[in-house]
Amino acid sequence: MTAMTNPQTDTATPATPDVLISSRHLTKIYPTRDGRGVRALDDVSFDVRDGEFISIVGRSGCGKSTLLKILSGLLDHTRGDITLNGRPIDGPDPDIGVVFQSPTLLPWLTITQNVLFPNKIRRNITPAVRERAQSLLATVGLDGFGDRYPKELSGGMQQRAGIVRALVQDPELLLMDEPFGALDAMTREQMNLEVLRIWEESRKTIIFVTHSIVESVFLSDRVFVMTPRPGRLAEVVDIDLPRPRTLDMINSDAFGSYSGWIRKLLEAEGDF
Amino acid sequence: MTDMSAIDASMPKDPELKLTTPSRRRERAMSFGILLSILLIWTGLTNFGSIPAYVIPPPQSVFQWLIEGFRVPLSDASSLWYHTGVTMWEAFLGFVVGSALGIAMGFALAHWPVAERVLYPYVVAFQALPKVAIAPLLVVWFGFGLDAKVLIVVVMTFFPLLVNSIAGYHAVEEERIELARVCNASELQIFRHIILPSSMPFIFAGLHMAAVISLLAAIVGEFVGAKAGLGLLLLQYNNSMQMGGVFAVLLILGVLGFLLNYAMQKLEAWFSY
Ligand SMILES: Nc1ncnc2c1ncn2[C@@H]1O[C@H](COP(=O)(O)OP(=O)(O)OP(=O)(O)O)[C@@H](O)[C@H]1O
Ligand SMILES: [Mg+2]
Repeated sequence: MTAMTNPQTDTATPATPDVLISSRHLTKIYPTRDGRGVRALDDVSFDVRDGEFISIVGRSGCGKSTLLKILSGLLDHTRGDITLNGRPIDGPDPDIGVVFQSPTLLPWLTITQNVLFPNKIRRNITPAVRERAQSLLATVGLDGFGDRYPKELSGGMQQRAGIVRALVQDPELLLMDEPFGALDAMTREQMNLEVLRIWEESRKTIIFVTHSIVESVFLSDRVFVMTPRPGRLAEVVDIDLPRPRTLDMINSDAFGSYSGWIRKLLEAEGDF
Repeated sequence: MTDMSAIDASMPKDPELKLTTPSRRRERAMSFGILLSILLIWTGLTNFGSIPAYVIPPPQSVFQWLIEGFRVPLSDASSLWYHTGVTMWEAFLGFVVGSALGIAMGFALAHWPVAERVLYPYVVAFQALPKVAIAPLLVVWFGFGLDAKVLIVVVMTFFPLLVNSIAGYHAVEEERIELARVCNASELQIFRHIILPSSMPFIFAGLHMAAVISLLAAIVGEFVGAKAGLGLLLLQYNNSMQMGGVFAVLLILGVLGFLLNYAMQKLEAWFSY
């Protein structure tokens, strides 16, 4: 069932113009004390096209965060190749925005200062950047909260500020590692719609890690299903649901068969 | 943080929040009542009871000492301004130097794990040593002047900051560091914009401790050997059974300690985010 269904392995086909990310035989082995190492990613190959919404699902420990950290340039890989726009990823890049699992706002900065933090570090705060931050805050409903401190905002509002921070640089690629895991179900649905709206307006490429199968089907063009020990990309599921997506689609038959199929893929790997 | 005052100012307008104020006021009144009762009992026992003035002096005698001590010229050997100044100066200098060294060394050790692992056993061992025990040694080495006392304060304020800055450094959330890294932050920027502000609550908890210790350490240093200072004055008055003077000095130390503690508490609250 595994390996064989992965569509874009081996073949050294030249990257088509609209391919943004290309991963070939990507392998990550974390060194361990006993010298054997942990194989967190094993021979992972895929392409992501410009403007695609990709979700990654998989059990805990299958290497989702590892893959995202390699993409964001925070972590070196052991073997294989990974490129963004044809260039190897070898460190953090302003073209890549990262949204963390917890909002990770700095409590001593106001929301505006937090959102401008990457620009402050890169020393490129301009009036235009400020304006962009302001209008992004407004589009996620944080108008008028710029001078507040993070602890004065709810969890959902904090996470929205975290998303704005990743967007201020206007990156091509947005990486999100379980960004809504800590939110209640209602807020989470709202945030999903919010993310889709931002994605549809800006046509950025988004790679979104989640534990929720429903969330992955609802948001994505394609769902990457990963399996653990060693971390492999078991299957890529194309989601052919119309856009824009609406919450009532979740109850449709097509939606149900997609999520059922992904659940089956994940369960198949459970009994070894 | 600037918003705090705004929230405070709007408090009385909110009827629900207002409920908490009377009880706080009552607690304050009770504290003040206890102070008054102590003064009353003290006055009663020493003036009309059987407690002799060389055991506990009557309050009026203590106030007499205070007024006299603060009125004589600064050059006078019994000037309380002078001795208070000397003790505070020793405590202050030692506090600044000891805290700065503690913070610098703490961050350095935390940043280089190898150094931390190699040196930490010594830190623990030295910390377990009651530092007042080395006060006589420092007086032998550095004499009866200011240096020895400042050094004692340095030694005693160093450790709370060393330990707290190491703890503060290690308590920084990994995600905050990753946030800085994805922005291509340099090591210096990570320290300046993430680690330092993140560890502020730890640093200020350490400074609070060190401020209180600094006064104690200066007095201990003066007990061991000094030419001036409240500790020296206390010993002299004690030896000559001038209890009014002893109590006057104790009162000054109490007030100083209280104010110091209060100020540090405010500072600490400010930096606890
Ligand atoms: N720094 C590290 N050193 C050693 N092993 C690690 C390290 N980080 C992760 N691992 C191991 O690599 C594997 C993949 O971890 P990763 O965090 O990528 O999983 P994940 O899919 O994100 O899991 P979760 O859903 O729980 O977040 C796990 O077995 C984990 O124990
Ligand atoms: Mg993870």
